[in-house]
Amino acid sequence: MDFLTLIQLLDSTVRLATPLLLACLAGLFSERAGIFDIGLEGKMLAAAFFSAAIASVTGSVWLGLAAGIAASMLLSALHGFASITFRGNQLISGVAINFLAAGLTVLIAQSWFQQGGRTPSLMGGGRFTPITLPFADAVADVPFIGPIYAELISGHSILVYIAFAAVPLTWFILFRTRFGLRLRAVGENPAAVDTAGVSVVGLRYAAIGICSVLCGIAGAYLSTALQAGFVKDMSAGRGYIALAALIFAKWRPWYALYATLLFGLFGALETRPDVITSLTGMRVQGQLLGALPYIMTVIILAGFVGRATPPRAGGEPYVKER
Amino acid sequence: MTLMQKFLGAAAGLALTAGAAIAEPALIYDLGGKFDKSFNEAAFAGAQRWSEETGGTFREIEMQSEAQREQALRRFAESGANPVITTGFAFSSALEVVAPDYPDTTFVTIDGWVDAPNVKVIGFTEHEGSYLVGMMAAQASETGTVGFIGGMDIPLIRKFACGYAQGVKAVNPDATIIANMTGTTPAAWNDPVKGSELTKAQISQGADVVYAAAGGTGVGVLQTAADEGILSIGVDSNQNHLHPGKVLTSMLKRVDVAVYESMTAGEDLEGGVEVLNLANGGVGYAMDENNAELVTEQMQTEVDAAAASIAAGDIVVHDYASDDSCPALTF
Repeated sequence: MDFLTLIQLLDSTVRLATPLLLACLAGLFSERAGIFDIGLEGKMLAAAFFSAAIASVTGSVWLGLAAGIAASMLLSALHGFASITFRGNQLISGVAINFLAAGLTVLIAQSWFQQGGRTPSLMGGGRFTPITLPFADAVADVPFIGPIYAELISGHSILVYIAFAAVPLTWFILFRTRFGLRLRAVGENPAAVDTAGVSVVGLRYAAIGICSVLCGIAGAYLSTALQAGFVKDMSAGRGYIALAALIFAKWRPWYALYATLLFGLFGALETRPDVITSLTGMRVQGQLLGALPYIMTVIILAGFVGRATPPRAGGEPYVKER
Repeated sequence: MTLMQKFLGAAAGLALTAGAAIAEPALIYDLGGKFDKSFNEAAFAGAQRWSEETGGTFREIEMQSEAQREQALRRFAESGANPVITTGFAFSSALEVVAPDYPDTTFVTIDGWVDAPNVKVIGFTEHEGSYLVGMMAAQASETGTVGFIGGMDIPLIRKFACGYAQGVKAVNPDATIIANMTGTTPAAWNDPVKGSELTKAQISQGADVVYAAAGGTGVGVLQTAADEGILSIGVDSNQNHLHPGKVLTSMLKRVDVAVYESMTAGEDLEGGVEVLNLANGGVGYAMDENNAELVTEQMQTEVDAAAASIAAGDIVVHDYASDDSCPALTF
């Protein structure tokens, strides 16, 4: 495998890891506040549709992004309403959101565009285009560093840089601010937070609010940056892989980055069977690579590689007095 | 309450008279979805043509999960629909169970294989059509490397890939063919993001023409090919219009003709096996104003000559499904 192939592989890794990373951080906020969110997939899908739909109608991808985030927020509000306000089962509410998004997106798409559950192809300003970072063209010919900067780091859409910037930001918010401390506390021991006079319900709504914004960006990235339009079920299980990555990352922001990059790398390797053959000297089935994220999550859960301890109050609705 | 009862009574009356009328044909779309711009959409186009020409109506349902197949078949058969047309190989096992229970109903399976007296099996020689577009890919390629991206990894899709590879080799024996499958579950029919990544991976390996036989995933393949400035080949329906000037051609599989003819035959349709091939126009390649500039006269002459030889039996294109192996490509 030559250097250029490696760069291309890593480039593909970044593209595939970005939606996972955004969804994983979204899940991180929600679950750290004690709200399990299995509905990441549905929110991504809804955001993918609405961002593509509004971008194609208005011709502005930024309006599309806003619409995607709004759709994701609406679904999150529904989740919060059922599981925070009415103390319903968080898993069931999440599953319901997934079904709702899968059905509604196709239905609305068909009624708006009559193209069979897809949006028209986005043109020009309706898409996020790759950004060429400063000096990328100038240094492209410099050996070693040139290709890394010009191919790997430069040339992604703005959402990729937002996703990567979200990692230190998440770490800072969660571990260096008062809000973050309270948010984590609400996921560990909501009664203590309540005793201190802070609203458990308010904090949890804030957490799923942040979660929905990140999911919205992830969905918009799928349909307006990676693709030029929405196709039914286009999230293709990425929300679930993000959940697996979250467990793999033990609910920590930096680990989430590493986990999603690793899962992205598996995805990228899956598209290059020739590289695997040349590296290992034998034919490895692509299916095995596709299953690796899940296999590794099971290994982590089984306790072979450290312990993954979820937030203690996760999944439990908070009841003020018994 | 009485108003409600009247409504219900009227509805029931309507339902009864509808049942007594001439049996409507029914059409069941596979998981790719009715408007996949490809296979299922071609079936819908055929049904619509029948409906417009005869003024008849047909019933339809789109599968959402594996579990619905048998249920949908039974519901249509019990409501008197005849014939019941299914698209996709995946209906075979459900039909094997259901067909014997409704001997008076004729079922049609497009792409499937069921051995029952009241099931009509319609198959296509996709390898022949793919051979032709493979020839065109090799003629249009400047790098000598062409790509194939399949949807779900099933023998049918390998049949496409194998025919394509043979066509490429017929024009350029030294050509490299990169073949990838999107996945092994039905989700592989609707993953344009992965289709894009596969296309980019093939481009980085030097491919400058890619052939997508992947349902909704193909939308991502064609899009990325157009974005990156290489040529693509569509499948099943004519997809040339999706990116005018960027899609070299489309391998046509006339599912619409199969559906149209089945519906025209109506209740008189009989079981049996029918193969739609190059000779009877069941498969072919698409030419229209969108790709006129991409296909030179010489290319077209050569491809048409090959098509005539295949139809006459002078060239035999190996069928992957016949022995699960391909002389031109390893999977």
